[in-house]
Amino acid sequence: MITRLLIERLDARAIIVVAVLLIVAAAVPALNLMLPADHPLHVPTYMVALFGKYLSFALLALSVDLVWGFAGILTLGHGAFFALGGYVMGMYLMRQIGARGVYANPTLPDFMVFLNWKELPWYWYGFDSFAFAAPMILLVPGLLALAFGWFAFRSRVTGVYLSIITQAMTFALMLAFFRNDMGFGGNNGLTDFKDILGFDIQVDTTRAALFAATAAMLAFWFLVATFLVNSKFGKVLVGVRDAESRTRFLGYRVENYKLFVWTLSAMMAGVAGALYVPQVGIINPGEFAPANSIETVIWVAVGGRGTLVGALIGAIAVNFGKTWFTGALPEFWLFALGGLFVVVTLFLPKGIVGTLGDLFRRRKRPVDDALEPQPAE
Amino acid sequence: MDGRALGSLLYLDGVSVSFDGFKALNSLSLVIEPGEMRAIIGPNGAGKTTMMDVITGKTRPDDGVVVFNAETDLTQLDEAAIAELGIGRKFQKPTVFESHTVADNIALALKAPRSAFRALFHLLSGAEKDRIEEILTTIRLAGKRDMMAADLSHGQKQWLEIGMLLAQEPKLLLVDEPAAGMTDAETAATAELLRDIAREKSVVVVEHDMTFVRDLGVKVTVLHEGSVLAEGPLDVVSADHRVIEVYLGR
Amino acid sequence: MHILRSLLLSLLVAIAAALPARAADDAELTRLVDALGAGGFDDTSAQIAALAATGEPRVAAVLELLAGGDLYVKKDGGAVVAATRDGKGYRITDPLSGADLGTVDRSAVTKIKINNKLRGEIKSALGSLTLASTDPAARMTAAETMFKAADPESIATLDAAIAGEKDPAVTEKFAEARAAAVLASDAGEADKLAAIAILKERGDRDALALLRAAAAGEGAVAEAAATAAAHVAQVLSFWEAGQNVWYGLSLGSVLLLAAIGLAITFGVMGVINMAHGEMVMLGAYTTFVVQEAIRTSAPWLFDYSLFIALPLAFLVSGIVGMAIERGVLRFLYGRPLETLLATWGLSLIIQQAVRTVFGPTNREVGNPSWMSGAFDLGHLAITWNRLWIIIFALAVFAGLLAVMRRTAFGLQMRAVTQNRRMAGSMGIRTPWVDAFTFALGSGIAGIAGVALSQIDNVSPNLGQGYIIDSFMVVVFGGVGNLWGTLVGAMTLGVLNKFVEPYAGAVLGKILVLVLIILFIQKRPRGLFALKGRAVEA
Repeated sequence: MITRLLIERLDARAIIVVAVLLIVAAAVPALNLMLPADHPLHVPTYMVALFGKYLSFALLALSVDLVWGFAGILTLGHGAFFALGGYVMGMYLMRQIGARGVYANPTLPDFMVFLNWKELPWYWYGFDSFAFAAPMILLVPGLLALAFGWFAFRSRVTGVYLSIITQAMTFALMLAFFRNDMGFGGNNGLTDFKDILGFDIQVDTTRAALFAATAAMLAFWFLVATFLVNSKFGKVLVGVRDAESRTRFLGYRVENYKLFVWTLSAMMAGVAGALYVPQVGIINPGEFAPANSIETVIWVAVGGRGTLVGALIGAIAVNFGKTWFTGALPEFWLFALGGLFVVVTLFLPKGIVGTLGDLFRRRKRPVDDALEPQPAE
Repeated sequence: MDGRALGSLLYLDGVSVSFDGFKALNSLSLVIEPGEMRAIIGPNGAGKTTMMDVITGKTRPDDGVVVFNAETDLTQLDEAAIAELGIGRKFQKPTVFESHTVADNIALALKAPRSAFRALFHLLSGAEKDRIEEILTTIRLAGKRDMMAADLSHGQKQWLEIGMLLAQEPKLLLVDEPAAGMTDAETAATAELLRDIAREKSVVVVEHDMTFVRDLGVKVTVLHEGSVLAEGPLDVVSADHRVIEVYLGR
Repeated sequence: MHILRSLLLSLLVAIAAALPARAADDAELTRLVDALGAGGFDDTSAQIAALAATGEPRVAAVLELLAGGDLYVKKDGGAVVAATRDGKGYRITDPLSGADLGTVDRSAVTKIKINNKLRGEIKSALGSLTLASTDPAARMTAAETMFKAADPESIATLDAAIAGEKDPAVTEKFAEARAAAVLASDAGEADKLAAIAILKERGDRDALALLRAAAAGEGAVAEAAATAAAHVAQVLSFWEAGQNVWYGLSLGSVLLLAAIGLAITFGVMGVINMAHGEMVMLGAYTTFVVQEAIRTSAPWLFDYSLFIALPLAFLVSGIVGMAIERGVLRFLYGRPLETLLATWGLSLIIQQAVRTVFGPTNREVGNPSWMSGAFDLGHLAITWNRLWIIIFALAVFAGLLAVMRRTAFGLQMRAVTQNRRMAGSMGIRTPWVDAFTFALGSGIAGIAGVALSQIDNVSPNLGQGYIIDSFMVVVFGGVGNLWGTLVGAMTLGVLNKFVEPYAGAVLGKILVLVLIILFIQKRPRGLFALKGRAVEA
């Protein structure tokens, strides 16, 4: 039964993606650690961290594709879940600093000492232990998503209204995290991390391990997502996307389906954020900015909405472009990004993967039909 | 429960719905017997679609009684619960899952537990596959089982939607303008299909097309301004001077 | 501006006229000051009275020095100087002009001694000195200072001042100061009750504090004070609520301005224009460019700069809006989510373009003179720019309503949004109606930008700050309903300002956002929803 489940759910595409990710997970750290620095194939450490960042963005994009590509929920607030996961990881890393901070306070992080706080707020308890922090990475974004989705999907807020309130959600969180009284480091956020799981966060081997963990985690969640979208559940989701009331009149509780995928996706985003933070070394309220969430959506659109693998390709391609532009032509990056939004929506509505797929299959289906569900009735 | 509903499959009494002062349904009463097929006609704005919305839980009536199977008060339930009770609905505009194959469309509609968790781990059984084939044959789409629903013609989509209703195994089918946009041959075939279905289930058909209603050959209810204007065989109803007045105007 | 300039001018004239007279007085004053150095306490008392009798404001400084024990007599010549310890000696200055007279040995000067009786005399002399000032504004300030001091000893001085005062406004202030002093003194019950009545009449926070202090004791006076305090507190909280409403309406009018264009493009056309904020920003930059041009070539036009900027901003944003509609949006009709993404991309491009042309920093946009300053209305402080913006927002709203209801274009616009196919077959060119409708919405955002440039920083990020708020207002008020937008904007503005005192500005904003999110869940179609089958799809 279980083997049949797995075999039926997995497709060739998923196996290829997972294989590639696992090879990358092994190869990049190997090329970084084993080859001498002057070897032509040597991967410098800063690039390991950079690629690690891309992969955590890819996981974020995957989570967005799950809700937007399959359930039709255009989220403009997924950056909030990403940032929350990041803050959970950041809190763990802050507690690991211990007495090595500037003020050498064994329990209080530097910014709390600076604010004259006398004791650790209750919501910081337990974060010194990874065993406590790790489930929180899933729970904190998951619970927020559950509460938000429970209200939103039950009252049938859909389409752009939902998009706008997801944006308001992340905006409100950003304002909140900017406040010093929240106890998350205010403006500056959490930074100056030292160790993760007892390993120095700055050394090459730790960075290589973090990269490998990110790639492996991405592979794992890709499998989960594939399993989900190939199941009957996934087909119902697409049904919801294309004709919500039809699904309802067939007897499906649409809100439960949406709530499940929404919460799961928020947890994925949280994991992505938690992997992102140790590799870039900082988390601050800027990660909650609505613009970040919208940018994530364009990664998915570029790669191809509703294809899973497209989310990965889009996230990596656009971020690679961003790195290149901000290095070579910093003035033009926003022009390029803005142009990308316009060009993709106008000329490439199915994204890279969807368009390539059409070329291979040579199906004569009008693009609009597939992408734009007509509202039922 | 309302005693007068006894013996009926669907019982509407005194149902009123208003939108911003406009009365879409005005104290509408209607009884459908088990196994009955009923045609509902009426000019635009007579309240046909609103009536369906009320029965299927999409719109809550301001006032009135809606009872299914002489035991269940439908006004307290949502769409999904009403669908699970055994009421299937076909929309005016054919609504199928365009990016699923024809077979998947039927598979999603098959009577089965609807919970999200069950759907995650659901595997199509042999019996279910047989049932899908059976329905595809009934709706004459067996040859197109792997086609995307989006690629079907308008009439084929109408049939697919009727097929999905069948797969739900409902006790009552609500069919909104099944013949809209069909060729004459398709219209006749659709009428035949509905008559077949009506042998086992109750069917309520809303239709504009008088030829189609004549083909069905069943009791007709005429709606006007949200309430029943006349009821009876088509010939009797179409001779009613009030009906002529409403349809032709003065 | 005008007022300030003319004030400055008249002051200069007055000083010029006063100069010779002052020179004559100076010698006399110096003589009186120097006299302080001679004789015993009784002599000093007479000398203080003589100094006070001059009514010269500069005497006040000398008397304060005397009270502080900082006045000395030079043994050589007997001149009176102000002295401070400086190392081993004293640094001495002229007590009248403050001019530096160098450093002297400690033995070169003798301190002028005073006692408590003299200190009291100096104090009342000081009060009467400023109370006797020729400038009514200075007399008012003096009265206010004495009101705050509430010193029983100043009653006599105030009585004298009241008797000699001719300006009724100043008399009122004197009476209030006297009442404060009486309440603090051991005067009789009748006097105190009269004082309480005066303070109750004044009715501000200071009066409230004095009344509360007087209410602490027992007897008829305390009771009257308590009643008066309660009354004043009630009136004050009423005014405070009024002030909050005013701030709220002011914020609401800003929200209304930002959202009103969106009410057209989103509310009427259903286009999700994420670049709406950038249309506002373009309007603000148009104002900047207009003001720059005026500064360099026609400075006398500055007060009219906003009137010149308004039509230009409407045109600039309207044309950009029309270009967006024709170039991008029309290919995306019926695909709201794609529209949202494409317009977001456009907003990034416009922002970066403005940043490239004008630089990333804030640009200076000035307030015309008729928009600066403030006035009091009862206990409300009202600034002119806020008042004008409220009036302007309402005018724009009324204008838009008139366009929608009364013009042929408005009729076509409503026809197209209600039934595009039918409108098309009636001969309306629906694509052009779309383009002009969008241009109208964008143009209105542009003129909103002119107004917002008066109260906000003009930077490329100006628009981003408004986009979420604008959508909130439109959705909250009910999509497709202009009146809903008005009520929504004002409600959110006032709500925000009433939450702020309890939660702080940031938390208040968060709270309001959360409230709106919850509200949308409850009523997804907003306050004034259109109900019915047609909008359910």
